[in-house]
Formats: sequence, C-alpha cells, structure tokens
Amino acid sequence: MIQTFFNPEIIAASWPIVRAGLLNTVLLSLLVVPLGLLGGLILALLASVKHPIVRWPLMAWVDFFRAFPPLVLLILLFAGLPFAGLELGGFVCVAIAFFLNTGAYYGEILRAGIDSVAAGQVEAARSTGLSRLQAMVYVVLPQAVRNVLPDLLSNTLEVVKLTSLGSVVAVPELLYQARQAQSLTYNPTPIVVAATIYFLMLWPVVRLLSRLENRALAAR
Amino acid sequence: MSNWDRFTNTFLNTKVMLKYLPDILSGVVVTIELALLIVVMGIAAGLALALLRSLAIRPLNWLIIGIVDLFRSLPPLVVIVLIYFGLPSIDLSPSGFVSTWLSLALVLMAFSEEIFWAGITSVAKGQWEAARSTGLSFGQTLMHVVLPQAFRLTIPPLTNRTIAITKGTALGTVVAVTEILGQASSAMSNSYNPSPLMLGAAAYIVLFFPVVVAARWVETRFAWKR
Repeated sequence: MIQTFFNPEIIAASWPIVRAGLLNTVLLSLLVVPLGLLGGLILALLASVKHPIVRWPLMAWVDFFRAFPPLVLLILLFAGLPFAGLELGGFVCVAIAFFLNTGAYYGEILRAGIDSVAAGQVEAARSTGLSRLQAMVYVVLPQAVRNVLPDLLSNTLEVVKLTSLGSVVAVPELLYQARQAQSLTYNPTPIVVAATIYFLMLWPVVRLLSRLENRALAAR
Repeated sequence: MSNWDRFTNTFLNTKVMLKYLPDILSGVVVTIELALLIVVMGIAAGLALALLRSLAIRPLNWLIIGIVDLFRSLPPLVVIVLIYFGLPSIDLSPSGFVSTWLSLALVLMAFSEEIFWAGITSVAKGQWEAARSTGLSFGQTLMHVVLPQAFRLTIPPLTNRTIAITKGTALGTVVAVTEILGQASSAMSNSYNPSPLMLGAAAYIVLFFPVVVAARWVETRFAWKR
C-alpha cells in the first residue's frame, strides 16, 4: 500500500515536476482571483443601477454562467475558437473562462453585499456632497465587502480549486504536472502528493470558513 | 460566401448537428443519470453525517469533521483522477462513470453535511430542551422540532451547492464518461467541426438554466424575512 501510494523514491524523483506545478497553480490563482473579482465588481456596479433595462439582461447573464459548467466554457474557448481562426492557448483560455464564470459568482456575492448597505448611507454620503461614484467607492463598497467577506472567501476557495481544470487544456499546473509524473512513473504516488498539497494549502481556509460560518450563526 | 454564412457553416452546421444529435442525446441521458445519482447519494450521506454528528460523540465527530474538511479542500477533478487512476493499483478498477459518481457524491456529502449541521445548530437550544421536557424522545425532537426549522435555513445554500456540483458531471469527460461534453468532444474531432460542441453547450443550458431559475425562486421563497 505504502509502496503504491506513498512511494518515497517516486516522491523524490517526481518532486521537481510536481513543485513546478505547485508554483504555476499559485501563479494561476494570483491571476484568476483578481480577474474574477474584477468581473464581479463590474457586474455588481451595473446591478446597482436599478433599471429594468440593465437588470434583466444582467440577471440572465449571471444565471447563464451559473448554469454553464466551467469546463464546457473552457473547452469551447480552447477547442472551438480555433475554428474561427483564433488560437488562444490554454493559459489565455483559462483566464477568459474564469473572468466570465467566477465573475458571475463574485458578482452575485458583491451585489448582495451592496444591497445589504442601508439606503440611508448613500443618501447621507450624497448629502455631504460626495458624487455617486465617490459614495459608492468610499461609503458603500467598504461596508458591502465587509458584510459578505465569508462568502467572498468561500468563493475564492472554489476558484483556487477550479484552477485544476487548467490540466484539461495542458496548462502545467499542479494536477497536470502530477498526471505527467504519474504516466512517467506508472505509479499513482504523484497524484497522491498533489492531493496532499491541495489539502495542506486549502485546509486552513476551510477551517477559517467553518469558524466564520459558526460565528455568523451564533450572532443571529 | 458571406462572413455570416461562413460562421454558421462552421459553428452552427445543421447537417453536422443532425448527424451527431443522437450521440449528444445519449450524452444528455448519461448526464441526467449521473446528476441524479450524485444528488441522491451526496445529500443522503451528508444528512446522515450531520445526524450522526448531532449525537455528540467526540471521536466520531472528529472523524466526521476530518472527512468533511478533506472533501471541501480537494478540487473535485483531483478526487476523480485519484479514484480513477489510483484505485487500479490496488486491483480495484472503477469505471469512469463510477469514479465520477463516487467523487462528486463525496464532495456533495461534505458540503451538505456542513450546511445541514449549520442548520441543526442554528435551532436554539431552548427548542431542544422544551421539546425534550414535553416528553419527546431525542429522535422525535430531531424529526419533528429541529429538522423542520433547520431545513428552511439550509435550502438556499444547499440548492446552490447542489447545482454547482452537479454541473461538475462535465468533469467526467476527463475519465472517458460518455456524458454530454464527452460525446460533443468526440463528435467534434470526428467531424472536424465545432457544431456538436455548440449543440452540447446548448444541451447544458437547456438542462441547467431552468434549475438555476427555480433555485433563484426557492431562494426568495425560503429566505428568512429580516
């Protein structure tokens, strides 16, 4: 069992490959989390314009990406676009897919946060002479983000986990590298190592989230 | 040929679509089967774990928390790959379908346990005490007093999570499950035309969009009035 799943020699031999993957997963996360947040912020700001002409298309947009599997979106960009003469490469496809998909999720969360800030706050800010934009940036958004921080964190956890989809379009992140090492060594140890790395990296976030959720419940 | 014609010929080619429609439809059936199996097994197991946890047996609770944390931290695709490529080494060879089913059910189990548990603990302690003091047993209190109140709180996060995880059935294509994406991809490489992929994408929208809209409705319907 140990020879099969935790083979020390194979761990040692495949470590450089897996380590490069870990580095890329971290870099990829550092790229796609801000991208998703940016997409979400754009959606949430649009949603704060409470006009039916903006509201309905926006809701449809968000629901579309909630219904559409991110892997399908990724494959569509990666394998479909070349037929239109557009070859983007795995990395760019992942960036675009995450901007669209996780942007929709972040957008919903930020929208709920903005809604949770009392209308009186905006009125008070406006009456002191702040412009609409200033009121949004300096008064509403800081409170909104604070109110939905656990949800933002929870979504960020999902986004980091989702970077493993990059392996399907040959982005050399942790899972991809581990699978390469697995096929080189004919042994599942590298995948076990990758899983262990994911767990060690993300477990603290999961613990923190459980704690935040329990505290939110206790405060009710 | 105008640009538009060229576009429709490439991406929305009716001849290619019609040819591969039966394949995509069989993929739809597999996706639905897989999704239903995942939902039933994942939620039932999650509820069972949450109920076990309410018995408050220390070592058992640590074990439950450990399992839940594990499957909340691991990316679903990693779990699928681990089961599909790892288990054959100990002479267990689950098919791609079974690997995907098992993996996503375990992930859903972890998330739903957490949600059910949050629901159960959100019911005030006084409710338990009052119910027990009227002579209801532990099981009766759970069934008739605590769970009905807990469910109300759990439904919005549970529907969201369930949709997100059942969408993950598309991951099965990595381990050769013949669900929608798998069928669409192989049809695309056979016909050298992306139209089947567009058809597959449309199938996902037809399947999941109504669920998302229904979830939105349920969310507002079951939300606590603040």
